[in-house]
Amino acid sequence: MTDDAHPAKLAAEELRVVARRGAEEGRRIVDAVSFAVPEGGVFTVVGPSGSGKSTLLRAIVRLVEPDSGRVLLDGRDVTALPVPELRRRVGMVFQRPAMFEGTVTDNVLYGPRLRREHPERDGPEARDAAVPLLERVGLPADFAGKPADELSGGEAQRVALARALANRPEVLLLDEPTSSLDPTASRCIEELLAALAESTDLTFVFVTHDLHQARRIGDHGLLLVEGRVVERGPLPGMLDDPAHDLTRLFATGRLGGRAGGPSPDEKPAAGAKPDEKPAAGADADDTEALP
Amino acid sequence: MSGDQFTYVDVAAALVLVALALLLSWRQRLDLERDLLIASVRAFVQLTAIGFVIALILDADRPLWVLLMLAAMLTFAAFTAARNVRVVPGALWLMVVALGLASATTLGVMVVLGIIPTGARYVIPIGGMIIGNTMNVASVTALRIVQDASTQRGRIEAALALGAAPRVAAHGIIRQAVRLAMVPIIDSTKTMGLVFLPGAMTGMILAGAPPLEAVRLQVVVMFMLIAATGLAATTVTWLMPSRLFTPHQQLRRFDT
Repeated sequence: MTDDAHPAKLAAEELRVVARRGAEEGRRIVDAVSFAVPEGGVFTVVGPSGSGKSTLLRAIVRLVEPDSGRVLLDGRDVTALPVPELRRRVGMVFQRPAMFEGTVTDNVLYGPRLRREHPERDGPEARDAAVPLLERVGLPADFAGKPADELSGGEAQRVALARALANRPEVLLLDEPTSSLDPTASRCIEELLAALAESTDLTFVFVTHDLHQARRIGDHGLLLVEGRVVERGPLPGMLDDPAHDLTRLFATGRLGGRAGGPSPDEKPAAGAKPDEKPAAGADADDTEALP
Repeated sequence: MSGDQFTYVDVAAALVLVALALLLSWRQRLDLERDLLIASVRAFVQLTAIGFVIALILDADRPLWVLLMLAAMLTFAAFTAARNVRVVPGALWLMVVALGLASATTLGVMVVLGIIPTGARYVIPIGGMIIGNTMNVASVTALRIVQDASTQRGRIEAALALGAAPRVAAHGIIRQAVRLAMVPIIDSTKTMGLVFLPGAMTGMILAGAPPLEAVRLQVVVMFMLIAATGLAATTVTWLMPSRLFTPHQQLRRFDT
């Protein structure tokens, strides 16, 4: 994947984050994680809920401080970069899109305005800057003037994506961006990401607990269980022909996540009472608790 | 009230009112009898003690004593305000700076402009009013910021992740906290005289001053409190971001 001539776009070396508070104090949420992400394409981090995926992403952009280990961007330790510059170059989209006060345009131009690349006031100039970004995430131009707090979950997540793209990042971290959305909105975001990955040289790191989604979106990646890398490699192969018992367990749905769980249209198993419904919540979101 | 003075006999007579409250509490099973009794006794003891201290300081009228008295009030107020936000590192220091800066500036302006004379008779009660009000506002501002930092965590971290500096990322919650903390003082200034007759004015009228003179004092007091509380809230917002965030621009977590 990477060699000396082509250093990884983004890499982690023995990254470790230890819980500092609460009942889990002292637990290694991210435990000696190393990986190298080549430039371009979608690198997928898949793992059951609570496996430390979110914390791993947060540690990369230093929203939490790693307890040990390094993160390298273009081969350079990110602690050498001013924090705002790191976060400009490595963007992040969260599970639940948090909209800022104001219009969609205010949200989309938040980053450029921080660096005074765009006028503060909404006007034709701001609109001209926002509309192409909205189009990139599949939103029509008339969204520009909408109040951001009136958007649906799916629309808000698209705006959050446009807001991240407006910073012209080199790497974009996506923390289960579809887990708070309904299945239709979720599929739309997936297709959008696939199209973006095709059309740009942006490097994506995509985190999901959903194996099917990992297969659909990623080309290569790693499986994280209890903070440790269990397996890594090209994606369909890693999950279809696992080298590790834990990967096999996860791929068959016995390690959390929703892979392999009964789908809602499945008939109740033989022997079950005829009036019994299939297990409720089998398709429900199990969102990962933040550390 | 015999003649123009309140006596201890008058105070004892006013205990009838406390007894009425006790009776109500007992009949309604509010279970407040103990608290009511303790509060009444404490109010009497504390105020009597402070009355003696103030009498001593007024008699002496030494600037040093006046300053010591103000410093003691300020310390007590800072402790009280800091207790509400003890999850914040360095809360006591923050409150000492916020209350001290706001009170000293306001009192200083009043003295320099000649609105009040420098005598202990003026500086101590006015200073007490200023410190008490800045304590309330600073404490509400800080508490609100800490609570919002937790409920608005998603927004703040989204802003940080876009490269916003901590102060910029927290701008929304800071603005909201100051507005909220200033509402009571602005509202009571607006409704002054319509809804209630404020303390300073009531006191002067009871003491026999002409009502219009009492009104002028009250207006000065309200203007002064707006300035003092505004300064205190603003100082809190200057000092909070460095405590909400780590040096690496990460939002801390607080157990609230």
